[in-house]
Amino acid sequence: MNPARGSLLGIEHLEAAEILRLLKFARRMNPAKPRPLLKGSRVFLLFYEASTRTRCSFEVAAKSLGAYTVLVQSSGSSIEKGESLLDTGHTLRAAGADIIVIRHPNAGAPWLMAQHLDIPVINAGDGMHEHPSQALLDAYTILRHKKTFKGLQVAIIGDIFHSRVARSSCHLLSKFGVKIILCGPPELAPEIATTLAPGVRVTRHIEDALRSTDVIMLLRVQSERLAGMKIDLADYIARYQMTAARLKLAKKDAIVMHPGPIIRGLELTSEVADGAQSLIVEEVRHGVPVRMAILARAIGKMR
Amino acid sequence: MINPAKIRSSLLIKRGHLIDPAARIDAPMDVLLKDGRIAEVAAPGKIKGSADENFDARGLIVAPGFIDLHVHLREPGQSYKETLATGTAAAAAGGFTSICTMPNTAPVVDSVEWIEWLRQPERGALVNVFPIAAATRASKGVALTDFRTLQTAGAIAVTDDGKPILDDNVMREVLILGGELNFPVVQHAEDTRLTENCSMHAGARSFRLGLRGMTAAAEASIVERDVQLAMHIPNARLHVAHLSTADALKCVRRAKRAKARVTFEVTPHHFTLTDEDMRDYDSNYKMNPPLRSASDREAILVALADGTADAIATDHAPHAAHEKEMEFERAAFGIIGLETALALAITKLHRERRIPLFRIVELFTAGPVRCFDLRDPGSSVRGSLVHGSLLRGTLVRSSAADVTIFDPKKKWTFEASKSRSKSRNTPFDGWQLTGKVVATIVAGKIVHSG
Repeated sequence: MNPARGSLLGIEHLEAAEILRLLKFARRMNPAKPRPLLKGSRVFLLFYEASTRTRCSFEVAAKSLGAYTVLVQSSGSSIEKGESLLDTGHTLRAAGADIIVIRHPNAGAPWLMAQHLDIPVINAGDGMHEHPSQALLDAYTILRHKKTFKGLQVAIIGDIFHSRVARSSCHLLSKFGVKIILCGPPELAPEIATTLAPGVRVTRHIEDALRSTDVIMLLRVQSERLAGMKIDLADYIARYQMTAARLKLAKKDAIVMHPGPIIRGLELTSEVADGAQSLIVEEVRHGVPVRMAILARAIGKMR
Repeated sequence: MINPAKIRSSLLIKRGHLIDPAARIDAPMDVLLKDGRIAEVAAPGKIKGSADENFDARGLIVAPGFIDLHVHLREPGQSYKETLATGTAAAAAGGFTSICTMPNTAPVVDSVEWIEWLRQPERGALVNVFPIAAATRASKGVALTDFRTLQTAGAIAVTDDGKPILDDNVMREVLILGGELNFPVVQHAEDTRLTENCSMHAGARSFRLGLRGMTAAAEASIVERDVQLAMHIPNARLHVAHLSTADALKCVRRAKRAKARVTFEVTPHHFTLTDEDMRDYDSNYKMNPPLRSASDREAILVALADGTADAIATDHAPHAAHEKEMEFERAAFGIIGLETALALAITKLHRERRIPLFRIVELFTAGPVRCFDLRDPGSSVRGSLVHGSLLRGTLVRSSAADVTIFDPKKKWTFEASKSRSKSRNTPFDGWQLTGKVVATIVAGKIVHSG
């Protein structure tokens, strides 16, 4: 079965025009001025993995649109007893779900669920695969500050290999012709990453990545996903940590972004995190209107 | 095991085109089967007298019964996936008259009792079943099983398939003891220390899908080590299961040039598909070793064409729907393959790559018997065929009356829902293929006609 209309499983197969439509619609969404577009709808938040930002902002977004939300987490539910993903999906559907928002440690889990359910499924992060709502809110944030994607250069620095955010952002930015530079050690920024989308290149040198860059996206080293990789953190800090001095290498008006959670003192210093060019908190704020737009689109109310 | 001594009948296969690579025959021939053996092979119309039954093979290829060196029939212990009865029915439908079963069942086939159990007529096998025994107890890779008694009971090789034998010393001991008994050692070559949590081949596609990938090196490094060991152990016989990478192939080519007793098999899915063919986390594309890169596939196709590859083996690995319809990374490895092997070989190797049918038949017959000695227990002594034992993989006079008859031009569509296997896990559902089995004959008896 094809996924239901309105599903958002990833950025890779989304058209540029659809992305722009979503971002434009998000500008009209304001959690302070609730619009009952989802009045009476039930949004089930199915979280198999820890999350603060994504979960909270999907919940606020759904409630701001007048929906009920139900949170289902793997601990404290039948998932703990060994219920399969598809059975859980059918159960939530039978319990009245109109939309399922799913976060899962395995790549492709939202796709599997969408193939078997007749309601929209929204991917809130699946393993190392995609995190489409994060890429959309990052794009939204970039456009608030850069007005257009045209001619932009974006550096993504850190653990790209394990990052679903990096994959979604590469797909998204590439669709608009943005020059993308991935930067990190070979284990975390493998050469194969250039095959992800047109306009992506890899460098080992942070100076190279920062030169004439408009947007700096930092990523956390995902120690929980390293699985036997040996990363010397001291070496990582020496080579790739974003410091105030390094930030000066980028364009004067460069912006610093990070999907969070940030680890101060590792991928960036506090000076950078709290500095004038940092949009880390603003990104979280933008998460709500963007996810409102995603939910409205899910039930065909994005008009 | 089908006992030919009890069979009292004759069957004359007329007007077919015989391909018997072991006997270097590729010509129109009639074949007379009598009392479970080949009684006569002669030019059309030259066989005198009458038979109980005639089979008109006009327009068809008559070949020695196909042999599959690598099959998982899931018994004992996992009969919800497959049984000897259903698995051998699928084998018969695919033209296989003999299959070698893997010991990674529950429990593992590591004792004489289980070898005997597998051979009992109560299992309802439609074709000859040659069990492969575990090389180490419970396939834990530590203590060797009792090769000698397992061999006497009818095991034809040893392996810890599904798992590799990683420990150098254990592998050395296995090859030494195997060498003494002329017993082939089958290795699933995968350095599992490098493939933890991996679910497909490491490449552009695995990166895009966010799946951890198995590198080609994880296969090649084990093959390299095994080849090195085997070359220095007298009489050692190493068989590399489901070889899938160009790098591993290079090691084996080197070993073969050095005249080491190293053989290998290739699966139909590895010569048909690549990692780029997998779409949308479809777990019917998940197997181990995984579908590899286009250049790996190309290297394998060359080896199939140039005579380096010894056999096509299916690695038929049935799983229940609930073990496959799940998160890709958690889904079981493996696909069924008995019913599609010949058609994929004809479609992909013969029609697309112009590999002669003679060579394809060789990969299903004379090739496999080079890898293992398919002896009937009790009828042979160590190492060589003796009086009373049946020759397989050829149709020379007095060999086993195991015959596969197929139409190399017949177009058909494979429907997984109609498979004889208990399971449906295949990426080839709905594929239009060329080449179909018309009759499968085991010990002179037609066990499948299609």
